[in-house]
Amino acid sequence: MMNEITLAHFIVLGAVLFCIAVAGVFIIRKNLIVLLMAIELMLLAVNMNFVAFSRYLGDAAGQVFVFFILTVAAAESAIGLAILVVLFRNRATINVGEIDELKG
Amino acid sequence: MNLILFYVFAAILVLAALGVIGVKNSVHAALLLVLCFFTTSALWLLMQAEFLAIALVLVYVGAVMVLFLFVVMMLDIKVEPLREGFIRYLPIGVLVAAVMLTEMLLLIGVKSLQQTPPADPAGHSNTAWLGEALFTRFLLPFEVAAVILTVAVIAAVMLTLRKRENTRYQNPSRQVAVKASERIRIVKMPSAAKSEATP
Repeated sequence: MMNEITLAHFIVLGAVLFCIAVAGVFIIRKNLIVLLMAIELMLLAVNMNFVAFSRYLGDAAGQVFVFFILTVAAAESAIGLAILVVLFRNRATINVGEIDELKG
Repeated sequence: MNLILFYVFAAILVLAALGVIGVKNSVHAALLLVLCFFTTSALWLLMQAEFLAIALVLVYVGAVMVLFLFVVMMLDIKVEPLREGFIRYLPIGVLVAAVMLTEMLLLIGVKSLQQTPPADPAGHSNTAWLGEALFTRFLLPFEVAAVILTVAVIAAVMLTLRKRENTRYQNPSRQVAVKASERIRIVKMPSAAKSEATP
């Protein structure tokens, strides 16, 4: 039975993906667009875990939850990109280091 | 066979994810992210989660990533200042990721490395299984999700809407509320014969 895909395969893949995304947030930290992409990668990793557990435990709730995460993530990226466009229009930059108006 | 497919897809997924955070060009990053989503959808098909796999391609590759590409191409961004600090923050990023990964693998390795046979998805198709749960136990969250999407659409439009001063536009509420007396104005004028007689 070593030729079957186990639950651990998918969870490990999700963990690897999540860690790559976290490393991306640390490494990039300037380009706002790529930061948003790294957040999408994190959500993808979480969704991977949800689908895997739902499939291997036979419970539909996990996949329904992924459905809702997809909805919220789509809304989040739409509003995030809209804010980004407005920011670029007002400041002509998307560099996170230059956006420091609120820094007393 | 499935296991080989899993390893191929997982390798593509991890490489594409590394590319997303590594490449210089934002457009290339967006395209690699599309590859990530597509490969994930293939993996979900391997897990027999057909509905979500198709939904992922439709929602992410079809809508969200196109939005990303639009924004990336619309903004006139100079890449070089955004890349500074890449080498400086590389060690701390890799360190944090490695520590997190080790911790997660330790947690996972404790119990679930032994075989867990996949359960049968209730005898019928994945979509029917999911739909049954969605429209019975999760009906209220489903409606709330619809409201969230509507709010997001309106918010995105309102954020990016720009009033221009010197363009002409129609005012629908005034158009609808117009009365007949405002459209025609009868002007009393002296008749033509009289004006002809004057010279």
